[in-house]
Amino acid sequence: MNRAARLRLSLWMALGLTMSLVVFASCGGGGEQGGGGGGASSISGAGATFPAPIYQQMFQQLAQDSGIQVDYQAIGSGGGIEQFTNKTVDFGASDAPMTNDQVQSAGGDPQHIATVGGAVVATYNLQGVQSGLKLRGQTLADIFQGKITRWDDPAIAQDNPGVNLPSADIAVVHRSDGSGTTNIFSSYLSAVSSDWKNQVGAGTELKWPVGIGAKGNDRVSGEVSRTPNTIGYVELAYATENNLPYASIQNANGEFVEPSLDSSRAAIENASIPDDLRVTVSSTNPSGSGVYPITGLTWLLVRQQQDDLSKCKSVAQMAWYTTHDGQSLAPKQNYVQIPSSVVSLDEQKIKGLQAEGQSCYQQ
Amino acid sequence: MLSSLTTRFALLKQLRRGNLGDVIFQLLALLFGLSILALVFGIVFETWAQSAPSRREFGWSFLWSTAFDPPNDSFGALPFIYGTIASSILAILIAGPIGIGIAAYLVEIAPRRLNQIVGFVVELLAAVPSIVFGLWGIIVLAPWLKNYIVPPLQAVLGWTPLFSGTFFGPSVFAAGIVLSIMILPTVAAISRDVLRAVPDAQREGMLALGATRWEMFSRAVLPYGKSGITGAVILGLGRAAGETMAVTLIIGNSPKIFTSLFDQGATMASIIANNFAESRGLFLSSLIEIGLMLFAVTFLINVGARLLVSLISRQPQGGIRA
Repeated sequence: MNRAARLRLSLWMALGLTMSLVVFASCGGGGEQGGGGGGASSISGAGATFPAPIYQQMFQQLAQDSGIQVDYQAIGSGGGIEQFTNKTVDFGASDAPMTNDQVQSAGGDPQHIATVGGAVVATYNLQGVQSGLKLRGQTLADIFQGKITRWDDPAIAQDNPGVNLPSADIAVVHRSDGSGTTNIFSSYLSAVSSDWKNQVGAGTELKWPVGIGAKGNDRVSGEVSRTPNTIGYVELAYATENNLPYASIQNANGEFVEPSLDSSRAAIENASIPDDLRVTVSSTNPSGSGVYPITGLTWLLVRQQQDDLSKCKSVAQMAWYTTHDGQSLAPKQNYVQIPSSVVSLDEQKIKGLQAEGQSCYQQ
Repeated sequence: MLSSLTTRFALLKQLRRGNLGDVIFQLLALLFGLSILALVFGIVFETWAQSAPSRREFGWSFLWSTAFDPPNDSFGALPFIYGTIASSILAILIAGPIGIGIAAYLVEIAPRRLNQIVGFVVELLAAVPSIVFGLWGIIVLAPWLKNYIVPPLQAVLGWTPLFSGTFFGPSVFAAGIVLSIMILPTVAAISRDVLRAVPDAQREGMLALGATRWEMFSRAVLPYGKSGITGAVILGLGRAAGETMAVTLIIGNSPKIFTSLFDQGATMASIIANNFAESRGLFLSSLIEIGLMLFAVTFLINVGARLLVSLISRQPQGGIRA
């Protein structure tokens, strides 16, 4: 073989290699086939990390029962809303309701479907006070705003008679990363303290007046359990699994209530929830007996008008499952089941989903 | 332009000669060489484009604004720039002398066997993942500082603003110490290579004049390696400025202009690591602008290092002076 022939040969080989790569890559994409009941066999979602463990379990069960594969990526509520807005996923998930602006930029018809609830607890590390610290909302807000700086402050002592509070500085620990947990907690503080509302406000990330920032529930609880005289906030599920002490909070009825699945379910039951479900429960400071007020919901985000009928059917079936049969999985994982009032609002939303002029919900 | 023409010409000539392997190799090497440029420009372009909303909203005042108020969409970069610079300088103040000391010991004093062992351990330190340093800092170092280092420090220097306030653990002080350990291998390894490159004639000449070992080191060796050691220190500074995970864990993540080292702070890298996942809109754009500035700061540090090195090396070289 002479040199010119060899050159030609290697050029052809290079061309062949490129072609096969292109063919290979394009093969990877396709392959959506219709599944049971006329729905797509696989749908994708992205968003909140807080409900991710229970969603994984629900979706696993859903795949066994109906053959619908749900690919859920826990990338955070912010990313979930963004991907949902850009239509790169079939549904989104968020711990904070979408703002009006976000609803507009997503086309105006996103529906919030509440799936489970969660409570946020104030966890602390006080020598000699293993459990049962009592705090009223205003006191909690003042501590996190740096207005109450000592544990033996009269405001704390008046609600804890007989408790030997140390004469020490309070070290506040808060989340340093944006989080739905922070949103639920700060919405409550905004509801009970006008100073907090005006100077700090509510949101997933705040302008913290004082304190040490730590990333994630695990680092907040790590910091609190390691450092004496600290107070921080974590999800109830996280606190129970790690045996962290948590404070009873005074609700709107004046009772000091310990956080639990039951008391935070009572909060959702007693809260005035609008028809579009877009409310952070703790921001309403619900009144009622046995209510633990620092509670919130988490949502699936779906479009009322969808393009693809088969995917829409699967999304509807998935949403129905998570709000009905899937609820039985929640308590074992320390998530709060949604009360029937919320379920019936969810049902309206799911029944209203449409694609290609047809309703997506069947049964 | 001319050189690229001649290269192309040379390539054609080789192709005509039928040297296909060489041509392919040259093209590939060129591609790889250009890819690094493309990457850097890609990063700059992308961060510049995506930070546009933030630059439009805040303008230049972003640089000196201390605002950080996500619910009201108001952001400034000063606390993060300040935190980055303060923690890096604290780190280099600790790691600089120790790193140069390690290098001096390894080159001038240690027996060869020990030299190899210590050198190996120093390089091993560079291979420890940064998250491990962070966790070690928060779990081991911070309580230890709180119990043994901070009380005497405060007893003696507590009246200065630098060491006032309560020490809880996560703080600029702890972050600076963790950073100093992380950049120690950089400073020590480069300084060692620099000192090793000092010709023995320098040392012998000084010793022949009756100098002690210290006089030999401080007057003949150090001045000779001055530019290289400066480079080592500044490279360490650059590494400290960009360090993310360990700092995020231990600096306390509080965006404010602190005066006490026992206070909490935040750095440009830590605020991005903390908030990137859950931010959107103007907040996200501000974080990207902070990323752009971090890029600029590390670029300036590296350019500064080069300038300083060339400035120093233009002066008369160390040697033995009366």
